[in-house]
Amino acid sequence: MGRTLAEKVWNDHIVALGEDGEPDLIYIDLHLVHEVTSPQAFEGLRLAGRPVRRPDLTIATEDHNTPTVDIDKPIADLTSRTQIETLRRNAQEFGIRLHSLGDADQGIVHVVGPQLGLTQPGMTVVCGDSHTSTHGAFGSIAMGIGTSEVEHVLATQTLSLKPFKTMAITVDGELPAGSSAKDIILAVIAKIGTGGGQGYVLEYRGEAIRSLSMEARMTICNMSIEAGARAGMVAPDQTTFDYVKGRPHAPQGEDWDAAVEYWKTLRSDDDAEFDAEVVLEAADLEPFVTWGTNPGQGLPLSASVPDPAQIVDENERASAESALAYMGLTPGMPLRDIAVDTVFLGSCTNGRLEDLRSAAEVIRGRTKDPNVRMMVVPGSAKVRLAAEAEGLDKEFVDFGAEWRFAGCSMCLGMNPDQLSDGERCASTSNRNFEGRQGKGGRTHLVSPLVAAATAVRGTLSSPADLD
Amino acid sequence: MDKISTHTGTGVPLRRSNVDTDQIIPAVYLKRVTRTGFEDALFARWRKDPEFVLNQEPFREGSVLVAGSDFGTGSSREHAVWALKDYGFAAVLSSRFADIFRGNSGKNGLIAAQVEQSDIELIWKILDNHPGAQITVDLESRTVTCDTLTVPFQIDDFTRWRLLEGLDDISLTLRDEAAISRFEATRPAFKPKTLPARV
Ligand code: SF4
Repeated sequence: MGRTLAEKVWNDHIVALGEDGEPDLIYIDLHLVHEVTSPQAFEGLRLAGRPVRRPDLTIATEDHNTPTVDIDKPIADLTSRTQIETLRRNAQEFGIRLHSLGDADQGIVHVVGPQLGLTQPGMTVVCGDSHTSTHGAFGSIAMGIGTSEVEHVLATQTLSLKPFKTMAITVDGELPAGSSAKDIILAVIAKIGTGGGQGYVLEYRGEAIRSLSMEARMTICNMSIEAGARAGMVAPDQTTFDYVKGRPHAPQGEDWDAAVEYWKTLRSDDDAEFDAEVVLEAADLEPFVTWGTNPGQGLPLSASVPDPAQIVDENERASAESALAYMGLTPGMPLRDIAVDTVFLGSCTNGRLEDLRSAAEVIRGRTKDPNVRMMVVPGSAKVRLAAEAEGLDKEFVDFGAEWRFAGCSMCLGMNPDQLSDGERCASTSNRNFEGRQGKGGRTHLVSPLVAAATAVRGTLSSPADLD
Repeated sequence: MDKISTHTGTGVPLRRSNVDTDQIIPAVYLKRVTRTGFEDALFARWRKDPEFVLNQEPFREGSVLVAGSDFGTGSSREHAVWALKDYGFAAVLSSRFADIFRGNSGKNGLIAAQVEQSDIELIWKILDNHPGAQITVDLESRTVTCDTLTVPFQIDDFTRWRLLEGLDDISLTLRDEAAISRFEATRPAFKPKTLPARV
């Protein structure tokens, strides 16, 4: 029987096969580190007198806590500052490459890896962060791990893991104009639910996925975790190879040829069997927005706020009721009429150059709704520089948006970029949990296109609403 | 991790069931960047009460906690085990442990000994009558001895073995070090390295 992409990559990383249902020992090709989940891992090494086994397969960046204004001033929040200073000391002591605030390669860990060409097809990639699934866009097994696993990987470059189940998510056809990768993944999560992917690695396939750019594929894989999955993957193809080629850490010369030859084998065989399959029609996908407090509570923009009374499942009804109460929404209200206070464009889901470009295109020649505050936070310092080279920063600033330095920013509100109580936000990030973007803050997850159109009209909108 | 085969120390009666990890260590302490020095955080809320058992002599210096059922429920924070160890506890006795807590204990060299509730009650009685009584937890024979009472406890074979051998997760994996090195030798040359940095 044929094998799936995930099975192939898994098999190529088995150091020791687990017997009698015991986990396999899996080799890790790339370990990404940031300031929040690493301090105790490094201290554990220090206490046990252990070195980092492969500093040359490890890279760190500062992102979760970093300010996005006045980055030359000391960080005001004590916990944030301590975490960042601790990472700097640990990187120094253990010989780990670190991109600090102010460095041209600093940025959100999941933007930096691919940008440097360190994320490539057929790898195993881990990081103490759940959105590590982003890197699966290259056809790698990429997953988030906890702090004790971070220490384990630092010390051994391996993890003990049980194989995952596989789920094929096929998106056929062509996306309509105005819809994007974010709408695909929001629709997938709404369809299978926030627990639907539990125990699975999702493989996205089909014509609509094949025609997406690498950045768009990253957006999709990034949110696999919001469907409860361990990881998401897309089989590598010419689009992938073209993206990797020429990046600082891409293979060169003969290595490049050998790599591509191997990468071409990384696809699910035609007769491979998945443990589960889901099919979506891209042509049906309108811009999607969330109305509730988990990423599965989303609907097409043309819909209205759902009425919990119509929901059959008891748990879902209760969760919808409490979500609407928290979000301050009434059933039956058209989603298009929901007025927002803030628009956040950024995060590891939608903070890459293409995202900024597509939003800039929407606002071009238009004026911002005066009641809306818009914050644009590039995913990395390089994205910021590239956007500035194209003059995007100027377009955003002229439009009335704030142009910030790179970091996680308002995606999780660990730094000062937070929503206030009751403030409503259209956000291109990935989590709309209660309080995620600040205590009492209300988040609607949207694509960059919808974010930009919303900033123009002041209510949740798609570019088509602007004509 | 140090090898443990037997531990003897002062027994501390904690007559509560369902002690969750948020009681063992409140969330505010999770912001720290260390994995030691949590002794002040252990049962922080309860310790504000002068009547709390750890504020009483001779229990202050205790090292064997005798708790009610369902110990360590709630959030998976490993800090709960760190705090118990940092305070000086070597073992916790309870008739039932939350799975994740039990797993975290094994990984960090804390003995989570599962003792019948009726035996827990007997031990509590002895500690009432003889405060400061010593308790011996013997991993070899899987028994707990307090005064003249000796009762069995349960612990799974794997956890018992790793405690006896003093193996944490990492040392367990490093027993396969040869296999890791062999694997590394076969990794293709085209796999990327972060060092030296190329920009
Ligand atoms: S941008 Fe948000 S989701 Fe991504 S790594 Fe940062 S905090 Fe996590």
